[in-house]
Amino acid sequence: MNQIPEIPENKSKRDFLQWVLAGGVTAFLGAVFYPIFAYLNPPKQAEVEVSSVKAGKLSEMEKESGKIIKFGTKPVILIRTANDEVRAFSATCTHLDCTVQFRKDFGMIWCACHNGKYDLNGRNISGPPPRPLDEFRVVIQGDEILISKKT
Amino acid sequence: MKTHLQRIYSWIDERVELQGLVEYMGKKYVPVHRHSIWYYFGGVSLFLFIIQVVTGILLLLYYKSGEELAFESINFIMSKVQFGWLIRSIHSWTANLFILSAMIHMFSVYFEKAYRKPREITWVTGIFMFFLALGFGFSGYLLPWNELAFFATKVGTDIAGVVPIIGKPLMIFLRGGEEVTGATLSRFFGFHVAVLPGLFTVFLSIHLLLVQRQGMSEPLDIKKETEQKTMPFFPNFILRDLTLWLLVLNLLAILAVFFPWELGKKAEAFASAPAGIKPEWYFLYMFQTLKYIPGKLWFLDGEILGVLLFGIAGLLWTIVPFWDRKSSRGEQNRFVNYIGLFAVIYIIIFTIIGWLA
Repeated sequence: MNQIPEIPENKSKRDFLQWVLAGGVTAFLGAVFYPIFAYLNPPKQAEVEVSSVKAGKLSEMEKESGKIIKFGTKPVILIRTANDEVRAFSATCTHLDCTVQFRKDFGMIWCACHNGKYDLNGRNISGPPPRPLDEFRVVIQGDEILISKKT
Repeated sequence: MKTHLQRIYSWIDERVELQGLVEYMGKKYVPVHRHSIWYYFGGVSLFLFIIQVVTGILLLLYYKSGEELAFESINFIMSKVQFGWLIRSIHSWTANLFILSAMIHMFSVYFEKAYRKPREITWVTGIFMFFLALGFGFSGYLLPWNELAFFATKVGTDIAGVVPIIGKPLMIFLRGGEEVTGATLSRFFGFHVAVLPGLFTVFLSIHLLLVQRQGMSEPLDIKKETEQKTMPFFPNFILRDLTLWLLVLNLLAILAVFFPWELGKKAEAFASAPAGIKPEWYFLYMFQTLKYIPGKLWFLDGEILGVLLFGIAGLLWTIVPFWDRKSSRGEQNRFVNYIGLFAVIYIIIFTIIGWLA
């Protein structure tokens, strides 16, 4: 009977080829998927750093009222209280990103999305919000209301 | 005429051996028993999906994506395009009925334990399609770019953001940036008309192929009965299916004509969330649950806990064929029934509370 002669296994050569193959496949997949994942990530838009904004005239704001103003790309809520204090807070609810509003009937800041409530110092007092609203500094120059970030 | 058709048939048959397939379909039977009615909801869901594809393509002819165009283009469809109001209304109503019908289909399959061996893959592909349907609903909801949609998307994507580690990148991926903007609208439009339909079609093909290949499942308690009644799939079952589809189409027409879908107010990034804001009814029970979870619980943030709980529940639901071994052995498993009942009651009660709130 004819026996097939056993070919001696060249282990180091096989290992080497496997490494080359595995490395090549990895490099290939990387070259294909890296650009795709990088593409999915939206580029950072150059944002104009806003340090303060004019929020309108004090004489045009009633007592016990609030309004939303633009602070760069973020909404800020400006409130004039019953005892004539003017305060400003970030209007983004700390719960899930909705925009809050002033509720005269509650005397509170209220978020319609999940019934979160903040007092007029921005403290979360009821409902799901986990943190108080960030406060902004309010400066009144003559009749002009100026809002700036607290440092 | 007939010879013409016959000639075409034999032309195809000669090449792809159609005869075998036709014989196979001819021999297919649907079991008849007191739970047979539930078999129809899969077909109804399929029909509603087909309507979505057709009306969706029609809407695409006029819809424009973009912050300054989306709302206006839907307004144009509804006020200027002939029957535009009808097509858009049907698309919105069908979306809701589709989710409802798929839910009924899913729960009936669950309670009949039709997911048991050998139909695990059919169940899992079905659940994937259900999740995709929710994705369709969520992404489609934003496309008119109205106030409700804007805040619903803010909340929904923010919830994705609380998932540990992958949450933040996921949120940025979904929003196309830090905030919900026109970039989000573009992405959601792409998901809604390309990504989701593509994935859905894959799962739907597998799902339907398996249903045809394996036939209808029979409930465990029916199997014990000695005499089995059946009905031929073709033409008896198909004709009943089609009759029901016709009824559903009529229902849709009535809903779309007498309760046309609102467009609402255009989204404004610098406006407060309006009072009475609610998500679509099929997200309402989760939304309501989030309202009840306090901001901080033990060491966890409330939202994280909510997301975690629903995530785990969804996962367990998806893999029920793999942990419910009893049903696969043909034994009754009451535990599974209780879980299902709990889920149904929970969803119904929280949806009603959310609706009334």
